[in-house]
Amino acid sequence: MFKIKLNIEPRLLPSAGAILSVSFFALAIALLAASLIFLTYDIKPVEAYRLFFKGAFGSWYAISETIKRTIPLLLTGIGLAFSFKASVWNIGAEGQILLGAIFGSWIALFSGIPAPFLLIAMFAFGFLGGAVWALVAAVLRSKLAVNEIITSLMLNYVAANIVLYLIHGPWKGQGARGFAYTDTFPESAWLGTIGSTRIPYATLIIGIIIALICYLLISRTTLGYEIRVVGNSIRTARLVGINDFKIALLAMFVSGGLAGLAGVGEVSGIHHLLRHPSHISLGYGYTAIIVAWLARNNPLAVILTAFFFGALVSGGDALRVSLGIPFQLVYVLNGLILFSLIASERLTSYKLSFQRKNEKERR
Amino acid sequence: MDLEFWIVTTLNRALAYGTPILLATLGEIYAERSGVLNLGVEGMMILGAFFAFCTTFFTANPWLGVLIGALVAGLASLLHAFLSITLRVNQIISGLALTMLGLGISGTLGRGWEGKILESTIASVEIDYLSKIPILGPILFTNQNSLVHLSILIAFGLWFLLFKTRIGISIRAVGENPAAADVMGINVWKIRYLCVFLGGLLAGLAGSYLSVAYQPAWASGMTAGMGWLAVALTIFAFWNPLLGMVGAFLFGALYHLSFRLQNWVAPEILNSLPYLFPIVVLIIVARFASKKRIGAPAVLGQPYKRGE
Repeated sequence: MFKIKLNIEPRLLPSAGAILSVSFFALAIALLAASLIFLTYDIKPVEAYRLFFKGAFGSWYAISETIKRTIPLLLTGIGLAFSFKASVWNIGAEGQILLGAIFGSWIALFSGIPAPFLLIAMFAFGFLGGAVWALVAAVLRSKLAVNEIITSLMLNYVAANIVLYLIHGPWKGQGARGFAYTDTFPESAWLGTIGSTRIPYATLIIGIIIALICYLLISRTTLGYEIRVVGNSIRTARLVGINDFKIALLAMFVSGGLAGLAGVGEVSGIHHLLRHPSHISLGYGYTAIIVAWLARNNPLAVILTAFFFGALVSGGDALRVSLGIPFQLVYVLNGLILFSLIASERLTSYKLSFQRKNEKERR
Repeated sequence: MDLEFWIVTTLNRALAYGTPILLATLGEIYAERSGVLNLGVEGMMILGAFFAFCTTFFTANPWLGVLIGALVAGLASLLHAFLSITLRVNQIISGLALTMLGLGISGTLGRGWEGKILESTIASVEIDYLSKIPILGPILFTNQNSLVHLSILIAFGLWFLLFKTRIGISIRAVGENPAAADVMGINVWKIRYLCVFLGGLLAGLAGSYLSVAYQPAWASGMTAGMGWLAVALTIFAFWNPLLGMVGAFLFGALYHLSFRLQNWVAPEILNSLPYLFPIVVLIIVARFASKKRIGAPAVLGQPYKRGE
């Protein structure tokens, strides 16, 4: 009589295959759970997912929408991966995106910088805007040990109110009449797009290059090594003489700055004006948290995960348009994916194997 | 306007507005005292608000609504409990996932109810002889809902439980040194599950208060960051329920006062204040705490595993 015994052994480094298969498993579980939402709308889940897929990949237009949404997630996601790597919990990317948009719009509308330098100035100031906004939380964390999760998150709401103030008040456009947005930027402040699509290519290329740079920085340089040590244990970092304050400030500065770039990319590449915060960012700052986490905080993997969530956002948008399901559906998917992802992460740290075992041995 | 009247109305509104913040803060204090950081308060609150609203909408029984709202949020908290206590995942990420899920579910399911108003709500109670008490009467017993009174009682009760009973000692021990507590025969996992569940129930109660008592209507995202405020106030309160009550009502008063500036200040600036206050409060507390050496529960956010 043979019995089969399940062996569970812990393993130190999960294999890439295990991570990948478990991640896919987690995604499948999350999508299955989200079907319940469709059922409450009296829509067959299969039909909903078909429309969802069509909205994300079904045509050239759909794919271009997906890529359009990938760009802000990519830029923001790389930054968050960078800061999570150092265990700096920047939850304020949404606000940093908006600050980038504000600073970029300011340069575009009021600086009068001539054409070739205008875009460069917009992106430089946008980066600074996001970075400085993030530094508020970083400085409070480093100097006063104030929890950066709460401060960075609270500042999201403040940033949204600043945008609202500007578009209703001092920056309200001459031609906007009843609507609350600024004047349209001069065309020299518009990012070029690929062909007839709405994909600004500059930010796409910048995003991929930055992903590469950040990957090399984290994996190949001394600074990257210091970031990883601080991320694992601040105590160890201090013992070996790494300045963890400096690392935390840097992580926040970079992640805020990249979110700021994403914000400029949205106003300069897509809207060409500053408008309601919920139009500038479709919750990209929050979704990027999952983008970074799904990529295991690896900037190169962020390229893939950002594309995946770009598809999720444009699929969700398609369902909103065709079936009237609110956009918050994307948050449901985000939450479920994140849950099943972290739950399944446990699985990758164990090795499962089956072993035959006979009666005698079992006793 | 005479000063006494002004102070009395301010305090009266401070209690009404501070109540949901108080309930959510009390819940988070218990979860964190047991060592579990739950950043899902905002999500649990909005789930509570939504399910309390629809239950009341269908049954016309607001108390049943409050019960269901609290229970749904309690169930949601068990998801976080399972992941962070049993599976020992990163508690920050798990809490964020819970917040996203709560906001998402309430937003998608609640679309049909957007802006709908409840006909049966928890009305404010006027007890004639109590409202005639000078000062306290008009603050506590005029135009004030029974959930406000209940939450004050809960705050005192939870303070007593935490600092004056064996159960309270066990909870604090689990949050300070789970290995030692385990050796002494305290069931670390059970205590943590119960504390997180209590946190969920109270967050749900807080949400229910908003949607069936404070402003009996549904609007998606109506908690507007109040759950995050509760997480901040937990630190402000040094993990003490009574100080949590002081913080919540203080915040309620500040919020009410900022309303009165409407005529002079841009609405966007006023709307930013509820999010700037907690940051200021945390800065003040940080300076104070570093002098007094009061800190968070020692193992806050760290999962416990025997033999590690």
